This record gives sequence, C-alpha cells and structure tokens, in this order.
Amino acid sequence: MNTNNLKSILMRPEISTFIMFVVIMTGFFIANENFLSARNIRIVMGITPEYIIVAIGIAILMISGEFDLSVGSVFALVPMTMVQLVHQGIPPWFAIALGLSIGIAVGFVNGFITLRFGIPSFIATLGMLYIARSLTTVATGGFPPPFPHELPNELFVFQFEVFRASLFWMLGVAFIAGIMLHRSNLGNWIYSTGGDTAAASSMGIKTNNVKMFCFILCGFLAGFAGMIQTFRIEAPLPSQGYLLELESIAAAVIGGVSLFGGVGTIFGAAIGAILIRFLESGIIMARIDAEWFRAGLGSLIIISVVFNTWVVRRGENMVHKNQAEENENSPQQNDSVTESER
Amino acid sequence: MSNENIIECKDLNKYYSGVHALKNLSLKIKKDSVVGLIGDNGAGKSTLIKILSGAHAPDSGHIYFEGNEVKFKSTKEAMNLGIETIYQYSALIPQMSIARNIFIGREQTTFSLGSIGLMKTKSMDKAAMDALNDVELHLRSPDTPVNQLSGGERQGVVIARAMYFKSKVLILDEPTNHLSVKETNKVLRFVEGLKKQGVTSIFITHNLSHVYPIADHLCVMARGEKIADLAKQDTNIDELTDLLVNG
Repeated sequence: MNTNNLKSILMRPEISTFIMFVVIMTGFFIANENFLSARNIRIVMGITPEYIIVAIGIAILMISGEFDLSVGSVFALVPMTMVQLVHQGIPPWFAIALGLSIGIAVGFVNGFITLRFGIPSFIATLGMLYIARSLTTVATGGFPPPFPHELPNELFVFQFEVFRASLFWMLGVAFIAGIMLHRSNLGNWIYSTGGDTAAASSMGIKTNNVKMFCFILCGFLAGFAGMIQTFRIEAPLPSQGYLLELESIAAAVIGGVSLFGGVGTIFGAAIGAILIRFLESGIIMARIDAEWFRAGLGSLIIISVVFNTWVVRRGENMVHKNQAEENENSPQQNDSVTESER
Repeated sequence: MSNENIIECKDLNKYYSGVHALKNLSLKIKKDSVVGLIGDNGAGKSTLIKILSGAHAPDSGHIYFEGNEVKFKSTKEAMNLGIETIYQYSALIPQMSIARNIFIGREQTTFSLGSIGLMKTKSMDKAAMDALNDVELHLRSPDTPVNQLSGGERQGVVIARAMYFKSKVLILDEPTNHLSVKETNKVLRFVEGLKKQGVTSIFITHNLSHVYPIADHLCVMARGEKIADLAKQDTNIDELTDLLVNG
C-alpha cells in the first residue's frame, strides 16, 4: 500500500518535471557555481513571476480543453493601453482597471468566437494574436511612449533583498488559482469539461460557461503579467511578449499539462515556467552561446513530454496486466455488433 | 414490482432533419421493474432515451412522471426529478478520480459563494466508498483514476453514483457493450440489486441474452416504432429473437 502510494506520487507528471528541474539545476551548478548565487537567483527570479502568471492562465485554459495563442499579444496590449490612458490624463488606478478589462475583453472575445461558432480555439486565438499585436502597435502612434511615473509600479515590482514584489503577487495568484482548481467545485467542473466535454455536460455541467470563464481568466492573467513586466522595465514596448504564447504552452506542457485537456496542475505549470527561465540563465552562465537556449528549450519540451507519456503508459500497462490476470479464466465475449446507434 | 406507472409516454414523435426517428411511441413503465428496451441499431432506442433523459425535447407527445406531466429543458431537470441516464461512452471522466467522478456537478461544498465553494474532499471520499460498498463494489481507494478500472467496475461506479443521489429511474444505454462475460455478469448483478432498492431501470441493449434473465418487461423497437411490449411471463426468448431479427 505504502509503496503503491509512493509509486503513484512519483508517477505524477509534475513530480517528474520537478525531478528534472533538480537535475538540470545541479548540472548548471556544477558547470558554474555562481549559477545558484544570490545574485543570479535575484536576476532570474526578478523576471520569472511574470512568466509563471501567464503559464498559470494557459494551464487552466488547457485543462479545460482549449488554447490561447493570443497571450503574448495581450501581454503587450494591456500595459500599452494603461500607459497611453495615463498620458491622456486618466487617473493611474482607473487606467490600470481599464487596461486589465482589455485583457478580460480579449479573453471573452476569444471564448465567444470559439464557442459560438464552434471553431477550434487554436484558430480563434491565432487571429487574436495578430489583431491584439496590431492594436498595440497602432496604440503607440508610431513611437513607443515614455513610461509615466504616476503609475504605482513600485507596488508590483519593488526590489527587496533577493526577490521582487512581483514574486509575492505571483504567489498570491498561484495560491488562489490552486485553491480554485484543486479544491473548489469549479475546479472539478474545469477538469471534467476538459477530460470529456460530452460526459461533463450529460452530468449537467454547463461546459461552455466553464470554458468561457477559463478564456477570460487566461486573458486577464496575461494582461496582468504584461503590466508587471512594463512596470519593471519602465518602458512600454510594442514587441513585449513576442513568442510568449508558445513559451507559455511549453511551460505548461513541460509541467505535465495535457494538450488534450483534463490533466495538469498549477504547480506543474509554475515549475515548467521556472525551469525555462533557469535553463536560459544556466546556458549563459555555463558560457555556452546564448543562441543555444532555443535548442535547449526545444529538447526540454520533447524530452519532458516523451518522459511523461512513458510514465503514464507504464502506469496503464501495470493496470492492464492486473486486469488480465483477474480475467484470465473468463473468455472474452465475441460481440460482432459494437457500434452504438447515434 | 408495483402496479403503479412511474413513467408514461404518450404518442411521442421526433424528427431529425426530416427523418422520422420516433413514430407515435407510447410506453408505460412500472415502478420498481427492470425494463429491457431492445432493438437493432437505428431502431430509435437512443432517440427515446435522449427524450426521457431531458437531452432532447420531443416534437410532439406527452411524458408523465409519477402521474404528472413533465417537459424537461435539460438533463439537469430530469436528474433533479430522479431520472439518471448512463450513456454508453460518456458517463465518467477517465482521468479523474472515482470520488470526483461520483460528485461531478453535485459536489459537497463549504464556504460557498453562490454556487462555487470549497469541496469537502474527506466527506466526499467517504461517501464515495460507502456508495461503492452499497453496490457490492469493493475498490481500494476513492482517489483511483477511473481509467485504471475495468469496464464492469466503471459501470459499477456509475450505478453507485445514481444510487447515492437517490435516483428513481436509471436509464442504462448498452451497459454491457464491450465487456467480458464475467464483467457483464457483474453489471447484471448491479442492475438486479437496483430493483431490490426500489429503483426502476430501463436497460437498453441489442443483445437480448443480456437483458432477458433480469428483465420483468421487454419492449422491442424497430424503425422508430414499438413493435412489441410484453411481460416476461407472456413471452419467451425465441419469440423475442424472432421479433428482433424480422421486426
């Protein structure tokens, strides 16, 4: 029983990602012991919270069975809106609220188009990727605006000894999202919607509402994270978050979130995002040409998914073996008519 | 079995894009009985259960539940009255645990804001194990993902779920399809147990030999019509086979 429990914990994908994380960290530490110095941790953890917040939104949406390719563009559009509104004389907090509602609105439109017209979210949000990026560039009016210092950026990115304030905002987001996904009935609906939409709706779950909620949450979190990045670098760039959509999906997948929905955890997505950032830093610290980062990330994605799949297969094989033993004496029934009527 | 009708359908009709899928179907189902609904593929069995379970509305006709006319707008409404449907392929979420599956959409919660709240996992785990024991299904842990169970065990979980939520009528859509003989017998025992606990079941199948031993009443469908409706003592397996094959 105890060994079974241990086995089932080790077979959880986010745990194997965590083990991979420890191995990679150790490897880079051996290559350059400054890798785990306070200074390097301070640099990496100063930027990581922004990526974790996006990955959490993506992970929840993927668990519900949908995608969002527009997060990178929303990551730029939301802070750009805030900055431009402040330049128009709108009070900073009101500008922040309006900016974040742009993220919510984009999430809503993504969800509406996907669910109302029954098209893949991959397509709906691919369109939104271009639309939102274009709007961001248009909003600059041709030249990136200066950062207005009326905005309360210290509240979100103040640099403490090692960590930034953004780390605590990220922990808050992760805590609330974790409770919601893993402990609330809404989380149960999200997993069931992504696991098998038809079964969930036959049990009375309003699967479209659940998906819509996840689209909106994802858009909101992408915008919120983009705001933190702009507040940190104090420059709203129209190129901010370029290719972030793929990196966030990579983080979620590395952390054990399934592309097919119904499987994944907040912890896994967070570990995936952290792993990517430390991989980037480790490659630089090990004095490898930084251009190798993408090759490293690519290998990491493939290795982790192959590994997770192998672990799951192994688990299933064990079960089937047990069942085969159990049914050994009962001959399989030959039922030629197997198709159900529809 | 009592003489009271728990469900009565009168002159149900349903069209799907021009196809007359259900033709003037009338049916009475007695309380605490096992009704075998048999027919070949395309006979209209699925259409009938979709209407009874609230998934689709009939184009014309009436449904009475415990003597009162009902018009279901959703499966949730039918479930709230006590009609639970177990669809062949989509009754459980494979990746989720037994306990979570049993409580999908009906979670026990605390600290609720509106309909959202924290799940009482411990109490749900315990209730799940008790519900499984009630149908004589002894599984190790409520945390086991459903995809690690055999086909018969999965049907057991679904039946336990229906029992736990005090269903009055259980509609089983091909519950023994793709199961080994041993697993099929398990499921048949579950269904027999339902009758003892005062649950009416409608057992849909195209395999007469599965439902015949446990049915009180047999209803044969073909081409959207009911072609026979017989108490078991008034018929035999040869007559039914003939009806099923020759329609």
